[in-house]
Amino acid sequence: MYSFSFHRPKTLAEAASIQGGLEEPKLLGGGMTLVPTLKQRLARPSDLIDLSQIPELKGIRETAEGLEIGAFARHAEVAASDLVRRTIPALADLAGHIGDRQVRNLGTMGGSIANADPAADYPAAVLALKSTVKTDRREIDGDAFFTGMFETALEPAEIVAAVRYQRPGKAAYAKFRNPASRYAVVGVFVAVFGSEVRVAVTGAAGSVFRATELESALAADFRPEALEGITVQRDDLNADIHASADYRAHLVTVMAKRAVVACG
Amino acid sequence: MPTTVTMTVNGKTVSREVEERTLLVNFLRDKIGLTGTHVGCDTSQCGACVVHLDGNAIKSCSILAVQAEGASVTTIEGLAAADGTLHPMQAAFKEHHGLQCGYCTPGMVMSAVDLAKRNPSLTEQQVRQGLEGNICRCTGYHNIVKAVLAGADAMQAGAGERQPAEMAAD
Ligand SMILES: Cc1cc2nc3c(=O)[nH]c(=O)nc-3n(C[C@H](O)[C@H](O)[C@H](O)COP(=O)(O)OP(=O)(O)OC[C@H]3O[C@@H](n4cnc5c(N)ncnc54)[C@H](O)[C@@H]3O)c2cc1C
Ligand code: FES
Ligand code: FES
Repeated sequence: MYSFSFHRPKTLAEAASIQGGLEEPKLLGGGMTLVPTLKQRLARPSDLIDLSQIPELKGIRETAEGLEIGAFARHAEVAASDLVRRTIPALADLAGHIGDRQVRNLGTMGGSIANADPAADYPAAVLALKSTVKTDRREIDGDAFFTGMFETALEPAEIVAAVRYQRPGKAAYAKFRNPASRYAVVGVFVAVFGSEVRVAVTGAAGSVFRATELESALAADFRPEALEGITVQRDDLNADIHASADYRAHLVTVMAKRAVVACG
Repeated sequence: MPTTVTMTVNGKTVSREVEERTLLVNFLRDKIGLTGTHVGCDTSQCGACVVHLDGNAIKSCSILAVQAEGASVTTIEGLAAADGTLHPMQAAFKEHHGLQCGYCTPGMVMSAVDLAKRNPSLTEQQVRQGLEGNICRCTGYHNIVKAVLAGADAMQAGAGERQPAEMAAD
């Protein structure tokens, strides 16, 4: 690891202002992506800004429309939260299947979405649950948050403070996990809001996306059979040693069907 | 730039000068001399380094010592009683032959204790899932699962008889 300076601001305002005078600051969430990256010398920040001591980034609250989850909510906390399990159980289920127990005890929601790994789970929830990302300076529509592989609408030094998720009528997340890394080879989040059906797909392409073909089929007929014979048509599907592009396209439909079944 | 970090390790307050980039596992092994916590990989996947941070199992190879400032850490050395009596989970690993080379064992035991504390009546399925973050290259896991189930039962049985003060010290 290269050396760096370490800061532990106590407020969101301090975390934002502290970065101003620094050469190449980097925000530190749970460190479950960043620390391994530093260990491999794949990043060389001048300073780390540890977000763990900032009360404004913590907590899970019920809102009129659903839930607001603080950026520093650890995956294990979201998975175990009675409020989340009652309000949007699919979200608790998603958080509870990230990595392993030890990773969930440190990793945070804010870090996961800011990192925007193409195989990460939370981005599927952000897209499926009509969410709004609150930062230290503005609100970003969840639909416009993910802009590419490891890319988001966040400006340099912008801090994710919380995400507001809307409560769907029903929802489920189905993940085909890589057995070694436990990231999603393909993960599909299906959420129903009245007559609207949202199908968000992670793992399959460079960035999370909504499978509009599947959405319209399910809006017309919300049964797994309605997806028979429909395959996502995209030329940017991932292909690697774990799965070919064709196999991933196939998995999208299969996982979507499983999610529909799980919606009950 | 060196900095001073202070935390509680196995019930004792320790303070050492470290570099900001020092990992918790290196702090424990090299600065405190607690070499029971192992390093088995470079990818945060093997779990040989698992310790408890404020009561929760975490991978000490993937967190900086400075992130644990002010926290309470329990390592494998902190499980046995002062007189050397093994923790019920350690005793169960010994009894059920839950180890061969022993390299993964400290992490396995720490993860198992965390799992057993959270789930009063563990099933075999829960044990297998709960140990996803711990890799063993020797045993094939069978005896580890047996040991964890037995250790969890022993912890349950023991919990009733123990004093509240002891429980809080866990
Ligand atoms: C073994 C292992 C298995 C894993 N399996 C999965 C999996 O199955 N599914 C999955 O989705 N993820 C998985 N992960 C990743 C894990 O979920 C991470 O916790 C997550 O990706 C990053 O969150 P973090 O809080 O650890 O962020 P960090 O690692 O601290 O930071 C990640 C990035 O986000 C930035 N950042 C952090 N917080 C904020 C914020 N509030 N505002 C703006 N930027 C911020 C940092 O600067 C950094 O660039 C796994 C990780 C490991 C080590
Ligand atoms: S040393 Fe392998 S997970 Fe920590
Ligand atoms: S006993 Fe050898 S790695 Fe588990």
